[in-house]
Amino acid sequence: QVEQVKLLDRFSTSNKSLTGTLYLTATHLLFIDSSQRETWILHHHIAAVEKLPLTTSGCPLVIQCKNFRIVHFVVPRERDCHDIYNSLLQLSRTAKYEELYAFSYNPKQNESEQVKGWQLIDLAEEYKRMGVPNAYWQLSDANRDYKICETYPRELYVPRTASKPIIVGSSKFRSKGRFPVLSYYHKNKEAAICRCSQPLSGFSARCLEDEHMLQAISKANPSNRYMYVMDTRPKLNAMANRAAGKGYENEDNYSNIRFQFVGIENIHVMRSSLQKLLEVSGTRGLSVNDFLSGLENSGWLRHVKAVLDAAVFLAKAIAVESASVLVHCSDGWDRTSQVCSLGALLLDSYYRTIKGFMVLIEKDWISFGHKFSDRCCQLDGDPKEISPVFTQFLESVWNLTEQFPQAFEYNEAFLLQIHEHVHSCQFGNFLGNCQKEREELKLKEKTYSLWPFLLAEQKKYQNPLYNPDFSPELTLLEPNTVSFNFKFWRNMYHQFDRSMHPRQSMFNLIMSTSEQNKQLEEDIKELEAKIKQRNGQSDVVLVKEQEQTAHPPAVALKTPPCFQKEQPPMPVNDAVRTIEGSNTADNRYSELVSEFSKAEPAVVSLEYGVARMTC
Amino acid sequence: MEFAELIKTPRADNVVLHRPFHPAVEGTLCLTGHHLIVSSRRQDNAEELWLLHSNIDSIEKRFVGSLGTIVIKCKDLRIIQLDIPGMEECLNIASSIEALSTLDSVTLMYPFFYRPMFEVLEDGWSSFLLEQEFELLSSVTNEWRLSCVNKEFSVCPSYPPVVIVPKCIDDEALRKVALFRQGGRFPVLSYYHKKNGMAMMRSSQPLTGTNGRRCKEDEKLINATLRSGRRGFVIDTRPLNVAQQARAKGGGFEQEVHYPQWRRIHKYIERFNILQESFIKLVEACNDQSHNMDRWLSKLEASNWLTHIKELLTAACLAAQCIDREGASVLVHGSEGTDSTLQVTSLAQIILDPRCRTIRGFEALVVREWLQAGHPFQQRCAQSAYSNSKQKWEAPVFLLFLECVWQIHRQFPCSFEFNEQFLILLFEHAYASQFGTFLGNNENERAKLKLPQKTMSLWSWVNRPEELSRFQNPLYEANSLVIWPSVAPQSLQLWEGVFLRWNRPSRFLEEAEEERINIIKYNKELQAKVNALRRQLAEMETDEEVQEE
Repeated sequence: QVEQVKLLDRFSTSNKSLTGTLYLTATHLLFIDSSQRETWILHHHIAAVEKLPLTTSGCPLVIQCKNFRIVHFVVPRERDCHDIYNSLLQLSRTAKYEELYAFSYNPKQNESEQVKGWQLIDLAEEYKRMGVPNAYWQLSDANRDYKICETYPRELYVPRTASKPIIVGSSKFRSKGRFPVLSYYHKNKEAAICRCSQPLSGFSARCLEDEHMLQAISKANPSNRYMYVMDTRPKLNAMANRAAGKGYENEDNYSNIRFQFVGIENIHVMRSSLQKLLEVSGTRGLSVNDFLSGLENSGWLRHVKAVLDAAVFLAKAIAVESASVLVHCSDGWDRTSQVCSLGALLLDSYYRTIKGFMVLIEKDWISFGHKFSDRCCQLDGDPKEISPVFTQFLESVWNLTEQFPQAFEYNEAFLLQIHEHVHSCQFGNFLGNCQKEREELKLKEKTYSLWPFLLAEQKKYQNPLYNPDFSPELTLLEPNTVSFNFKFWRNMYHQFDRSMHPRQSMFNLIMSTSEQNKQLEEDIKELEAKIKQRNGQSDVVLVKEQEQTAHPPAVALKTPPCFQKEQPPMPVNDAVRTIEGSNTADNRYSELVSEFSKAEPAVVSLEYGVARMTC
Repeated sequence: MEFAELIKTPRADNVVLHRPFHPAVEGTLCLTGHHLIVSSRRQDNAEELWLLHSNIDSIEKRFVGSLGTIVIKCKDLRIIQLDIPGMEECLNIASSIEALSTLDSVTLMYPFFYRPMFEVLEDGWSSFLLEQEFELLSSVTNEWRLSCVNKEFSVCPSYPPVVIVPKCIDDEALRKVALFRQGGRFPVLSYYHKKNGMAMMRSSQPLTGTNGRRCKEDEKLINATLRSGRRGFVIDTRPLNVAQQARAKGGGFEQEVHYPQWRRIHKYIERFNILQESFIKLVEACNDQSHNMDRWLSKLEASNWLTHIKELLTAACLAAQCIDREGASVLVHGSEGTDSTLQVTSLAQIILDPRCRTIRGFEALVVREWLQAGHPFQQRCAQSAYSNSKQKWEAPVFLLFLECVWQIHRQFPCSFEFNEQFLILLFEHAYASQFGTFLGNNENERAKLKLPQKTMSLWSWVNRPEELSRFQNPLYEANSLVIWPSVAPQSLQLWEGVFLRWNRPSRFLEEAEEERINIIKYNKELQAKVNALRRQLAEMETDEEVQEE
């Protein structure tokens, strides 16, 4: 505990600050300012801590979080600062999975609830929903004991004609043994999205089993003999891989394939791209042109567009040409996950529902071995393995929700909350790098699943504009990917920078109004029932008694929505913690109300303080 | 009738109309004195396009064999294409359109011929008189008076006949001050902040020249707005060096020696051709669908449009801050005081004054701070982003103002009574209209053209209840606070409603907007119903009580 700590406003040039007390708990860093507002930061969210040179007012400490929060403290005494710094370094770097928050987190659920929670998303059920197994596709037991591929799930769907020797042979010809398997089956078009890793083709190597495998996939599609093979890497990278004995499919060796590069950059490019973006957007007193050129130089939006373009290509191949598509990159767990899941999202409206989106993430990301632990740096590890691949996926989805405001059951807050928990290590879902590892960690016994918690508060994540009939089942969503449609995702990258957001949120207002409408509908039913009852009732006294006990106060509903619009759900950040009972004050929106009613010249004064006027 | 001479081919059949994101339509093209009409008579899909000639910014023609193609680029930024069979017809039509869309004489413009099909409930020409404004003002302060010194437009040709000035300054002094300010634009009241009695005035630059000429009456006039012992701020919309250079041409700025109670702040706002070029570049960038991400972003940056938006918003915030936070009076001017000055004063009022965020209040603001204040609409809006002629006096000054309002609207979506469509409507009508409101460059010209007698006012039409309902913001809840927008680049956005309006399919966005409105409407219905039921129940209860007794 350190007192008299100052929290500086990140974008303020006038050194506006809040003074308060800093606490370190086993799991969180807590700052309580003089007006008792709390800022909670989970240790696992801390990406970097930096001690800046001593100033006259104290020792500055900058904490960067994985959810893009950046806090700037000034600690009066250097020794305290040093202590905090060291503690945070230790606390934020975890060496073993067992030390992660998820293993100590106890949401007060009993065992059967815990088990049920983990059963909420059932992938076998999901494949059944897609329509497999069927005459062409079957469940393979080849990887039942993770013998063929450690990073794949136990249960894999392959063409019926792909025999075990073919599977084994093909897996030996694919990087990390990740042979072609079914990711999504489009039952109307009878076409499939399959995924794998790059072939170990080098400059000339061939593998008959692998060629048979692809043939089996194309034969499993009765409507189109041709299949696409999408290599999601830039051509140059794929060619460079040939020198290492890897590479891409030679069209001459595989019958009936159309090979296509789509040019999504690798994890290292993405990592430095986002870093550049954050550097630019974190600049104080940023000019419009510096922002735009920074946005351009970072390449971030270009990458997001590339990912979405690839998904559109994939979805069109299936919906328009009824062609099956095999997607791979290098190892088939980053770009391949992005493209397969986004493609399926465009094809199947189920994934645009709250439950469906959870299924999609469980299937294409968690079960197929996207290395969440490495990419999100859950344990202290190789910094070169960190990459915002999943963040980019969420951003692509957000772009789609912007273009199709009525097509998604979930809202932006849902995406932000998932992003929050991918990094929080509070729930077991995203721990580890693959299913095998998760089983070894006994996550289902020792930790809890995130999904039931999100479902329990799904009201917060519902898009009030959602129209379930927006597109008929299995019709393609066709986004416009002209460059101007891609925007900087302010609510993600400046989630905690209140001064940048609209002071009144249209979204929140619509959200609360829609919520209120449901309540009103019920009230009307109730009132009508009462009136009916009263009309037919002679026993007046009894009804009146009921009346007095059950009468909902009318006042609550009549308050002008003017004030309501500021309050309710900005569920972004406090959602799960509320269950935990720890903190709601982190809800930046409630702070905004007071700020707004005080009518402070929030940003203007910061940037153009009159004191700084020059004559 | 002179139009007939210009129309060599009044009609062509089998013309195909292409619009982006619409299926091509085949139909008949007709040219009238003021309209280009394409109508298809297909039974299943009868459609008519009426385009005002004055909305046409530029046309291009090309031929493939005997099939001619005319590409029409409009001032509202839409681009349409007409395929016309027959070379001669096509040439005739193209030259007619060119002639009709560039008529020299104002009196040949459509507003002079337009016959409204609606009943006028309220004549918009007299909806917003300065006298009414003054009445409101005099209910809170008696420090100001209405002056008719400019009755014959003799003191300042670009001012309205009546202006509001400090009470202690007589007309004689005003005449002297007018001689000291460019174009006779002496300082007048633009806005009075009821909360603290501070005033915002606007004028043109003082004519100090190189030898530092002074005008005692001018000093007295602006000092009259100061509380004793308090300072005021002069916001000069030019950079210091430009203001200094202006002295060589007889212009200048308020020097400290003569205006010791005033602090001068130079807040540069771009003008004229720089803005026009920026506008042209932005529209070019938005219209090219083939740009990759880097090219799009660099073009967006190169247009500088959002920089202008940020600078303008910042200047307006600064003016508002001086008044509301510092409790100081403000004088705003640039050179002529007809462009950037008005942008700043009108935006500051949007920030400060809740009334300007209502529909009528906003209309009044546009009338007071733009039309009556002498913003030369006819010059500035003669051509839009597709014009080839680069006249020095064309500039999207008013559009920039509207966009800044939109940016604030985005940040305070519940604080405005009007919606985005209302702003777009004003943009369209400023450039091409059947109404006379935006014709002429100032009140003097409007009076000479007898616009109020000969043309219909936009406000007469807009303020009819059935039209008004289209422009109402369902989220509006009167908000009496000062609203401070964020001017961080991350908070500013491209105004898609104007710049991407014709460049992308908008159906889904429109449907979502409709759904939003429905949710709000439904909420109101439900509340009404709940209240009615409660009342009914309460009545039943009391009835029963009476019966019991």
